[in-house]
Amino acid sequence: MAVTLRIPTVLRPATGGRATVDAVGATIGEVLGSLSQEYPALTPQLFNDDGSLHRFLNVYVNDDDVRYLGGLAAPVVDGDEVTLLPAVAGGASA
Amino acid sequence: MTRYESVLEMIGNTPVVNASALSPNPNVAIWVKLEGRNPAGSVKDRVAISLVEAAEREGRLIPGQAGQTLIEPSSGNTGIALAMVCRLRGYHLKVVLPSNVSIERRQLLLVWGAEIVDSPGSEGSNGAVRMAQTLAAENPSWVFLYQYANPANPLAHYTHTGPEILADVPEITHFVAGLGTSGTLMGVGKYLKEHKPGTQIWAIEPPSGEMVDGLRSLEDGYIPPVFTDNDGANLLDRKVVVRPKESIEWTRRMSEIGLFVGISSGAIMAGAVKCASLIPEGESATIVTIACDDGWKYLSTGAWTDDIDEVVERAKSIIYF
Repeated sequence: MAVTLRIPTVLRPATGGRATVDAVGATIGEVLGSLSQEYPALTPQLFNDDGSLHRFLNVYVNDDDVRYLGGLAAPVVDGDEVTLLPAVAGGASA
Repeated sequence: MTRYESVLEMIGNTPVVNASALSPNPNVAIWVKLEGRNPAGSVKDRVAISLVEAAEREGRLIPGQAGQTLIEPSSGNTGIALAMVCRLRGYHLKVVLPSNVSIERRQLLLVWGAEIVDSPGSEGSNGAVRMAQTLAAENPSWVFLYQYANPANPLAHYTHTGPEILADVPEITHFVAGLGTSGTLMGVGKYLKEHKPGTQIWAIEPPSGEMVDGLRSLEDGYIPPVFTDNDGANLLDRKVVVRPKESIEWTRRMSEIGLFVGISSGAIMAGAVKCASLIPEGESATIVTIACDDGWKYLSTGAWTDDIDEVVERAKSIIYF
């Protein structure tokens, strides 16, 4: 499965400044795994030390938070848009 | 009862109105609870009185005693509600406010005599929280109610908002609300899960924009203690993010059924509509959602009258949640 990942500003130093990156995988875990192989500097920002999703990182598949869709096991299909966003206090600007 | 001894007695017991005319699914009803009917104009009235009364019970605040100062970070509504309550109780309130909130929010704080402490707009609510924490630590005599971590915040919704919803809409199957401090979702969600097991609790994540772009590091992220203390990750069934344009579109569409609500209410309605459209064919559902405040405080954004793309662009630098 090929998906497009949207990278937030705070993580772009690790992707050479790229705002969108293509990756493959059948699950969010596989997609993030392939992303971290391509951009190793991202790894500590994607995962906690135990391999779980970084606590301050929210990952959305087509606007749906993957933590409530099975976490790293959440499935993706061709053409899905995966958005990474830092967790921030309520009151985010528009 | 419509006769009150005090404005504070007018907090809560807000009306719920049928908004199913806007539902994309004929088998899914949508009801909206109008929190703008609270006396200081938002759902945060419930939180403000709950926080202050809890502090008074604990002896951290003494009604009528001179020289008591509170400090609180707020992007607007909590500050406004606290300002009203503090005016009645005789407390001095300092609100740490991101500099990029709508002008009406600043003015309302001044109406009730609050003092505004500006925090950098580019840091959004995270920056206001950090600054309030620092100021509270430097001034131990100030009372820091800290809505993001205070159990009296979700408690207001557990003891009032939740029971009101279940009494008015006993057929509820889904509760959809915005994720800010998470107080509404945690309090109402816990009440509904206990009293109507099987009710789905959906969180709507506000759109993120310049403020998120301003983060220096992922470690500057923030999860409200109210969320973790209430095991939010297990309480919520789903969380969806809405886009700025959808928020404005649905704020406008709510006027089709006579509702003049704030932009965050439009964002949450956009989420409720997503929820309705995901109910499988052949199944019926009843969604209850929250309109946090009315539209008055957002007129200066041109949200209803200007070109929508211009409004969306402008709204990216204004905090409205």
